[in-house]
Amino acid sequence: MIKTDILIIGAGPTGLFTVFEAGLLKLKCHLIDALPQPGGQCSEIYPKKPIYDIPAYPEILAGDLTAKLLEQIKPFDPGFTLGERADTIQKLDNGMFVVTTNKGTKHQAPVVAIAGGLGSFEPRKPPIPSIANFEDKGVEYIIRDPEIYRNKKVLIAGGGDSALDWTIFLTQIASEVTLVHRRNEFRGALDSVEKVQALKNAGQINLITPGEVQEIHGDTHVSGVTILKNKNEKIDLEVDHFIPLFGLSPKLGPIANWGLEIEKNAIKVNNALDYQTNIPGIYAIGDVNTYPGKLKLILCGFHEATLMCQSAYQRIHPDKKHVMKYTTVGGVVGFDGTKKEAPKSVVKKIE
Amino acid sequence: MADITIKITDREGVIHEVQAPTDMAMNLMEVVRSYELAPEGTIGVCGGMAMCASCQCYVNSNHDLPAMSPDEDAMLADAFYVEDNSRLGCQIHLTKDLEGLEVEIAPES
Repeated sequence: MIKTDILIIGAGPTGLFTVFEAGLLKLKCHLIDALPQPGGQCSEIYPKKPIYDIPAYPEILAGDLTAKLLEQIKPFDPGFTLGERADTIQKLDNGMFVVTTNKGTKHQAPVVAIAGGLGSFEPRKPPIPSIANFEDKGVEYIIRDPEIYRNKKVLIAGGGDSALDWTIFLTQIASEVTLVHRRNEFRGALDSVEKVQALKNAGQINLITPGEVQEIHGDTHVSGVTILKNKNEKIDLEVDHFIPLFGLSPKLGPIANWGLEIEKNAIKVNNALDYQTNIPGIYAIGDVNTYPGKLKLILCGFHEATLMCQSAYQRIHPDKKHVMKYTTVGGVVGFDGTKKEAPKSVVKKIE
Repeated sequence: MADITIKITDREGVIHEVQAPTDMAMNLMEVVRSYELAPEGTIGVCGGMAMCASCQCYVNSNHDLPAMSPDEDAMLADAFYVEDNSRLGCQIHLTKDLEGLEVEIAPES
């Protein structure tokens, strides 16, 4: 059981900045995110795109914003459960919440802050009849353990970087690799496109473009697929694995079943006070919440996180006197023993 | 008058005739959101960067549309339910030339 003061669901910009504001109040944070890396949409969808409305940054790339936030919160030593989706929440008799992920990891905290953005990123599944019956029986949307493809016949579908990169990688392991894409053109790093071209020229991969997988065959496991090439030619291909790589899309997912008041795919909160949901002790901040006048902006998420932490502090320490302190005055005292503070001015007599 | 009239068929098949301004730098995805013709969180997920295809639509009228950028083209190559008249709503900026535009929102995927 992982124990912390504030359990943050979602490691996007709002979730990350929460660690800083909580840290100033000496509250420790742990973050859960379905993605394997922190940053949320900023790292998954648009890391190389600029943002122009972060105060004091005339322009910053989304990936750089994530890196700066991680640097800013480092002194507060946040814990991370990455690549796991928060699935269930349970309230114990002592008021503590227990959040369990899809992989069974349990987290306990007196305060839960949902900073889930548009939800957890799930692989986009092609609309092929019966595909659901073959999930984990030869159809894998995410490659977790490349070893399962050793000496197998593998088919990859998709036209982006992950399709290209895995094609290159699996050529070393699988007995046969086929890459199917709806176009002749691929969108990826030039280097990857050239490598796949070289593999094709060398006869090491089977490239089918423009093509689309239409049917999956097999009894208890994938044994083959039917591909439609050039919109008119049907190709039956024997394969052991079909790996559709069409990117990820966010879904609100299991959070929708936590008993929270939901409106328009977002969690209703009290914006007059502290962004608390209808369940005391559970807050929702950033793009995942809604209230009259809500704007889904990173800068609004930062503000919401700040107010939420003050409320969380009072909830955790109901009897402790406390006033907000400016960082310029109080400095930043990390849990790792580091201390940042404003340099003292020199007072010296002039003769 | 800076408004144009657009006919939008939502994912349930209901046709909406809506007024859209041409002087607010709006795109088709934003018009759909402003009239709430698709649930929040199911359209314009990436915010309009041609990076998610949640605003895919089929253009059913013969309007002269702006050419596809390589980004839009590549995104549609990886999207589902794509037809020859598929476009990303976020890449169609509203101008007075689009008066009478008729589109259908593609299924969610």
